[in-house]
Amino acid sequence: MRKHFFSKNRTDQIARATSLLPLTLFLAAASLLPHTAAGNSYRAAIKWAPSLGVELSFMIDGLSVLFALIITGIGFFVTVYAVDYLHGHGHTRRFFIFLHGFMLAMLGLVTADNVLALFVFWELTTMFSYLLIGFEHEDEVSRKNARQALLVTGAGGLALLAGFLLLGIAAGTYEISEMIPLAGGLKIHPLYDAILVLVFLGAFTKSAQFPFHFWLPNAMAAPAPISAFLHSATMVKGGIYLLARFHPVLGGSAAWTTVLVTVGAATAVIGAFTALGQSDLKKILAYTTVAALGLMTMFLGGTGTPSLTAAMTFLLVHALYKSALFLAAGIIDHQTGTRQIEDLAGLGRAMPFTAFAVFAACFSMAGFPLFFGFIGKEIMYKGALAETMMPGFTAAAAVLSNGLMTAVAAVFLIGPFLSGRVAEHKKPKEASFRMWGGPVILGGITIVFGIVPDLVGHWLVSPAVSAFHYTVEDVHLALYHGINKPLGLSVLTLALGAGLYLNRKRVNRAVCGLYSAVPVNGTRVYDAALDAVGAAGRAQNRVLQNGSFHRYLYVVVASFVLVTAYSYLRGTDTLPAVSPELPPARMLLLVIVIVSAVFAVVTTGSVLLAICSLGVVGAGIAIVFLSFGAPDLALTQLLVETLTVIIVSVILLRLPGLRSGDSRTSVRKWCDGTLAAATGVVITVLMLTVVSSPFDRSITEFFESNSYLAAHGKNIVNVILVDFRSMDTLGEIIVVAAAGLAGYGLIRKQGRKS
Amino acid sequence: MIRSLILATATRLLVSIILVFSVYLLLRGHNAPGGGFAGALIAGTGFALHAMAEGPASVRRAIRLEPRGLIVFGMFLAVCSGLPGLIAGKPFFTGLWWTAAEFEGLEIVVGTPFFFDVGVYSIVLGTILTLILALEEGLEEG
Repeated sequence: MRKHFFSKNRTDQIARATSLLPLTLFLAAASLLPHTAAGNSYRAAIKWAPSLGVELSFMIDGLSVLFALIITGIGFFVTVYAVDYLHGHGHTRRFFIFLHGFMLAMLGLVTADNVLALFVFWELTTMFSYLLIGFEHEDEVSRKNARQALLVTGAGGLALLAGFLLLGIAAGTYEISEMIPLAGGLKIHPLYDAILVLVFLGAFTKSAQFPFHFWLPNAMAAPAPISAFLHSATMVKGGIYLLARFHPVLGGSAAWTTVLVTVGAATAVIGAFTALGQSDLKKILAYTTVAALGLMTMFLGGTGTPSLTAAMTFLLVHALYKSALFLAAGIIDHQTGTRQIEDLAGLGRAMPFTAFAVFAACFSMAGFPLFFGFIGKEIMYKGALAETMMPGFTAAAAVLSNGLMTAVAAVFLIGPFLSGRVAEHKKPKEASFRMWGGPVILGGITIVFGIVPDLVGHWLVSPAVSAFHYTVEDVHLALYHGINKPLGLSVLTLALGAGLYLNRKRVNRAVCGLYSAVPVNGTRVYDAALDAVGAAGRAQNRVLQNGSFHRYLYVVVASFVLVTAYSYLRGTDTLPAVSPELPPARMLLLVIVIVSAVFAVVTTGSVLLAICSLGVVGAGIAIVFLSFGAPDLALTQLLVETLTVIIVSVILLRLPGLRSGDSRTSVRKWCDGTLAAATGVVITVLMLTVVSSPFDRSITEFFESNSYLAAHGKNIVNVILVDFRSMDTLGEIIVVAAAGLAGYGLIRKQGRKS
Repeated sequence: MIRSLILATATRLLVSIILVFSVYLLLRGHNAPGGGFAGALIAGTGFALHAMAEGPASVRRAIRLEPRGLIVFGMFLAVCSGLPGLIAGKPFFTGLWWTAAEFEGLEIVVGTPFFFDVGVYSIVLGTILTLILALEEGLEEG
């Protein structure tokens, strides 16, 4: 195989060229670094829905730039990597459209200043995540897991929307930058608790916090580059971004700290324990991602600068090592055909470049000195100990989950790479440099950042923290702070990790025992909820949508009668007065005609006669319209009646079974009769009420005086239809056209069947 | 279908009158009872009569157009009639008028609402024809 940068395959070439998009955006974001490091921010807005006072506004500050650099930088490596990973796959183009679509949505999410715009980008990332998890859509598991991720994060998204709307009501603005000065008032606002719960629901579902974390390991059905990009480095950090962004607006209260620290700690510990028992490489990484997201959430619950710096530092640490590991896991899967850790051995010699990337990433994950993970861990312990609320709890949770992650890093590195046995079934070869290039560079960065942490702190982390935390005391990232408590905890963590690694089988048995002892978990609740929705759908189908036309009509008319009668009775307690004088003789004659036609409809055994009698009723009503001076209405009524009789007769001629007459049971007849009578009564009462109230002529006068002068027409009815209210008419004729085409489809389908 | 000579003969005369009346209703709609909707219903009744007397194939020969095409044409015309107002910088569907002819102090004005009304006429007639022809043809096949 020739190893030059541009392979011959045209699709691959185009796909590879698209990597210029993230690269350009990365350079653009990097060029903003000097400005954000100086504390500047940029805001731009265009009118979006001016009638609602909603602007499409963006703001770029240190936090946005940190996220943008992660998104575009890893996006670049993932694009280059994915071309070779997917080589020969039938849907490569679709994949890259989704991938870049996601990247742009994610960039929108981290730069939006308007909460509604933020929500739109939030949902877009959910949609792209759904499409990418279900990328191998011929696989049922893939589809099922994609749907699960969509439903869980989508439900959280709806909660978030509700939270944003409440926030908009409470603050009087939808711009985040305008909410920050109002934060003091928001925290004592009666809606504060509701807003907090809803925003947390959005963040927790997106960032896979306990108890919603179960969707993330299942999302590993996506191709490896997607797991690296969406489900470890960027999308799942959307919730973290949200918590950071709203920290100055909603954060700092006791509720904020308590919930975030508790949920984050639970997620971190549960995720890390579960990771230790996995055997699939991607599942191991997924559960450690859950744990890492838990740690970030926990530290965002803090209020001091060290805690928040820890959250942002660890965000960067995790993005770097975890995407390198996911890409490496993809290479292993691609080259050996398996991701089961017990089947893998001797890869260190067979795949030296991948091995280097895994080595650097695992040491960073374990938190050894000289790797960036060490810096992240140090600042975590410093942050935990500096907090006023629950410092001991936070520190203990951090030590335990970091210890577990150290053990997981050892499992990931030692088994497949360092043990000497060569896999029996297949001797693996190193992948192309376009695949290992990304992980190697990312792994290299974790080493460089580990050596010069003060530069990282100055350019990346501090600007990000100061974007959402204003009383910045100087928190210095450094390799060596002297012998202090955090260093002691770091040593303790490594020792704990070694102990857990050696006893991993025993630990895993205990964890499994605990899991089987707990009857309720997220997955079961999700499955039960999904089953319940299906059952409810089937139940309402049996009642409402059983395919019987009679049932549909009955439900529609009965609902109309009940709702109208209810709202009428609620609005008034007196029935309209009926004038005692007798109507003129011609009216009486008309009433006799209509009533006898109705009598014929009800009593006749012939369906054709019933239809024709109904036509007579309609014609009688047309004459009523005519006698009250509404010729247009009368004309239309008469024509519609005529056509109805024609069309229904043609249908009846097609259905010989109906010609035999009425086959309803007497109970059903009584039901139908009652409903018909109730409808008549309700309509009559409504009409009498309308007539008895004084008539507002202002609209009529407007049309009368403007119809000819402004619209050149003397027939007001028609002028209203085609000129004054032509938009309504357009809607109506669209309905007519749709009904006609749908009816045509039904008739044709029926014809083909028979 | 049973062919009735009386019905067929009467239909020839009636349908032509009905169709002329339908167009008359469409044209005069702006100033007197009528308009696109009523006119289309009249025409639909006429074609239904024709279909009953002579069969749907005869109606298809007479109209030459595919009825569903008529629906599409009507929709196109109705939407297009709103565009001149938009181009003139006013809201969509604002009626614009111009004098088409003038004699002896009387003028004939034509406006975009007229084209909208023709669109309504086409859609309603197209829908009726689509349904009636499909039903009648199904009847013949069945």
